[in-house]
Amino acid sequence: MSVIASDAVIKKEAGFEPLIVAFCCNWCSYAGADLAGTSRLNYPANIKIIRVPCSCRVNANFVLRAFQRGADGVIIAGCHPGDCHYMTGNYYTRRRMSLLKNLLEFIGIEEARFKIDWISASEGNKFAEVMNDVLAKVHQLGPNRKLRDSRWRR
Amino acid sequence: MQRVGVFICWCGTNISSTVNIEQVVAALENIPGVVYIKDYQYMCSEIGQNLVKDAIKEQNINRVVVASCSPRMHEATFRKAAAAAGLNPYLVEIANIREHCSWVHKDKEAATQKAISLTRAAVAKAILNEQLIPGEVGVEKRALVIGGGIAGIQTALDIAEAGYQVDLVEKTPSIGGKMAQLDKTFPTLDCSACILTPKMVDLALNSKINLYSYSEVTEVNGFVGNFEVTINQKARSIEMEKCTGCGICLAKCPAKKALSEFEEGLAKRAAIYTPFPQAVPNVPVIDRETCIKFVTGKCGLCAKLCPTGAIDYEQKDQIVNQKYGVIIVATGYDLINLDRFGEYQYLDHPDIITGLEFERLVNAAGPTGGKLVRPSDQKQPKKVVFIQCVGSRDKSERGKAYCSKICCMYTAKHAMLLRDKYPDCEAYVFYIDVRTAGKGFEEFQRRAVENYGVNYIKGMVGKIFPGDNQLQVNGVDALSGELLQLEADLVVLAAATQAKPEADEVARMLSISIDRDRFFTEAHPKLRPVETHCAGIYLAGACQGPKDIPETVAQASAAATKAIGVLSKNKLVNNPCVAKVEQAVCSGCLACIKICPYEAITEQVIEEKTRGKVRLRRVAEVNETLCQGCGGCTVACRPGAIDLKGFSNQQILAEVDAICR
Ligand SMILES: Cc1cc2nc3c(=O)[nH]c(=O)nc-3n(C[C@H](O)[C@H](O)[C@H](O)COP(=O)(O)OP(=O)(O)OC[C@H]3O[C@@H](n4cnc5c(N)ncnc54)[C@H](O)[C@@H]3O)c2cc1C
Ligand code: SF4
Ligand code: SF4
Repeated sequence: MSVIASDAVIKKEAGFEPLIVAFCCNWCSYAGADLAGTSRLNYPANIKIIRVPCSCRVNANFVLRAFQRGADGVIIAGCHPGDCHYMTGNYYTRRRMSLLKNLLEFIGIEEARFKIDWISASEGNKFAEVMNDVLAKVHQLGPNRKLRDSRWRR
Repeated sequence: MQRVGVFICWCGTNISSTVNIEQVVAALENIPGVVYIKDYQYMCSEIGQNLVKDAIKEQNINRVVVASCSPRMHEATFRKAAAAAGLNPYLVEIANIREHCSWVHKDKEAATQKAISLTRAAVAKAILNEQLIPGEVGVEKRALVIGGGIAGIQTALDIAEAGYQVDLVEKTPSIGGKMAQLDKTFPTLDCSACILTPKMVDLALNSKINLYSYSEVTEVNGFVGNFEVTINQKARSIEMEKCTGCGICLAKCPAKKALSEFEEGLAKRAAIYTPFPQAVPNVPVIDRETCIKFVTGKCGLCAKLCPTGAIDYEQKDQIVNQKYGVIIVATGYDLINLDRFGEYQYLDHPDIITGLEFERLVNAAGPTGGKLVRPSDQKQPKKVVFIQCVGSRDKSERGKAYCSKICCMYTAKHAMLLRDKYPDCEAYVFYIDVRTAGKGFEEFQRRAVENYGVNYIKGMVGKIFPGDNQLQVNGVDALSGELLQLEADLVVLAAATQAKPEADEVARMLSISIDRDRFFTEAHPKLRPVETHCAGIYLAGACQGPKDIPETVAQASAAATKAIGVLSKNKLVNNPCVAKVEQAVCSGCLACIKICPYEAITEQVIEEKTRGKVRLRRVAEVNETLCQGCGGCTVACRPGAIDLKGFSNQQILAEVDAICR
């Protein structure tokens, strides 16, 4: 299965250890991540999850702050369109975050560093795949230097 | 000062075999605020929980962080433990170091570092946690059922049986719905009226149930436990209390041109009418559009004849306002309109009928007294063709992509009833597939073929040509590829079922959702089949999707049980993680109102004193009972006046900072 990209391999390839912050909605994607766990799927420890009630809780500000403080990639994961626990939350996410995506590109943050995806509570597999995929791409891009707050060190 | 206690669980070896617990403990010791650290093999066990409780009491900790399995597993457990030791349960945070860490990572060093990072984030968040107190609301111990078909009747009876008041609102003059129109019912062939009318009478006699017939719900406000509902009782033109149901007026009314809705237009009815003899309530209504008195001002015969003086031509619609704890929607279904199915000539020929018309034609109480005859010449048919899936499983724009679910069974039933009445009459059924998934259903359909000699043809009908005396049905036998021409006396179309045309309106009024086919959507297709996304509103029967009677009744009883679950509580507890407006910062732009899917935010005008002057200012306000805590509004708020309790901006940023250290 493609989801087995072990931590060790990535480490050997370069000294660079990307840090990725994933905002996951409580009802679908956080549960999807739990399922990846119960199914013992593998994804690298570089990914750190923050639980939010709904993907629409994520403020653009949170994403910018993560980049400022040294994250190399940010993921927002919510329920599939139409399946939002709060009926329409992920539609707001989709609209707001596509604007933010444009802004980030404009600032010079590569597209692959910011991923918005829909992962249901039953998609443990997809969760691991998306995490591995984003990490592989960010790894290729190297450390994120844009937006980084110079007073902040990692 | 925040004193954080951190509790690290080994989860047997589930966590400790990948995460180096000692290292985590060592790392946490340096974090400001952390005053107590304890690790244990099974934190969720009683001993583990006691470690938390004791630390709260003895170490004076006022924030608890448990690094363990997913909060979806044991957040509730540890919150309860904290509460038992006198700490507000919302001061507990969980770091998920099992599902999100030890179970998905193989590299021990990396997993240990991540566990430290996640626990640090949880500590950072916990320090900013505030005491939250869930609000409580009282429950109005009364249920509203909308729709009086078999679904609504069953739900109302079940709720009343449990001892609660029920109001049932039915749009038409009588309860009963489509089931009242049926003759016999599959899969047992017992007569529909014999099993339905006793229930209708039970409902009428039940002192806990109040029936608003010929009425509609026009407005719904409020929330679970406290819905405020407006019901419009349409003017019947008859005083319910005075009418004895003698029926003198019905017989003598000279205006007899209207088509009977109950008889599917196969018979006429008077302007003053009860839909059918066993109607509940057994009180007529005057159809003001066809009544001579209302149209020309002359006549008034019924008022003269009525022995109790019950007729009241001046009667007006009456508005009833009532509060309810729960609402059950049971508005049923319709058959599709066949205007756009020209090939079947339904509109052009009286001997081409729908399944529901067939039910009336074989019914002993129907327009022909149960003599199955052709509507055109009242002659007995010799050959009848049934066509299934008319508009069902049809992806084109005029049809419905779904299976109507009941037609295979009722067509088999119709063919059996026909062969039973007239053994010499031939029955042909055109079908795409025969679907008989139900208890006793397959056996039932096989009986039609094997014992009743019904001819099943797999294939579609291309066109029907009305001849002088007979109908020529052109079809294809899909198995042999043969073109077929059948000379039929009567054609019965199994027209697709569809959602009620007014479903959109009902959904909007109740803030519940409808699917692509405009059936109401359940909260979860598998696990919450009778709830809606709106707490306290439940679904029963064919309004949620095509259903036969057994399924309808099962769902109706399930909805009643859910409703009783709410009604039996004296207070409902809210999720306290709700939005909150800081009114001093709110600019009154009200952008948040548009975002909220629950209409939880309203406009409020506050008085403010600036430089000694009192000014009125518009601000937003959140109704904590309605807010579900999605947080969508917080992002829309430009001045940053709205925040979400339990997931505040500060808390999430603190987590980000802790992770990105
Ligand atoms: C030809 C035919 C034959 C059938 N034969 C069988 C059979 O043999 N066995 C079997 O199990 N099933 C049979 N069925 C299916 C059966 O009719 C349904 O399963 C059943 O009627 C569903 O009940 P219900 O209460 O959900 O909906 P309905 O019977 O449609 O009742 C809904 C009620 O709600 C009322 N209403 C609608 N909107 C509103 C509103 N806005 N406000 C207030 N009231 C409203 C309606 O007036 C109606 O009284 C047959 C169906 C057809 C078409
Ligand atoms: S007054 Fe109207 S309802 Fe009464 S008998 Fe005359 S036409 Fe019929
Ligand atoms: S948090 Fe969600 S539900 Fe609550 S008021 Fe804001 S938008 Fe509405």
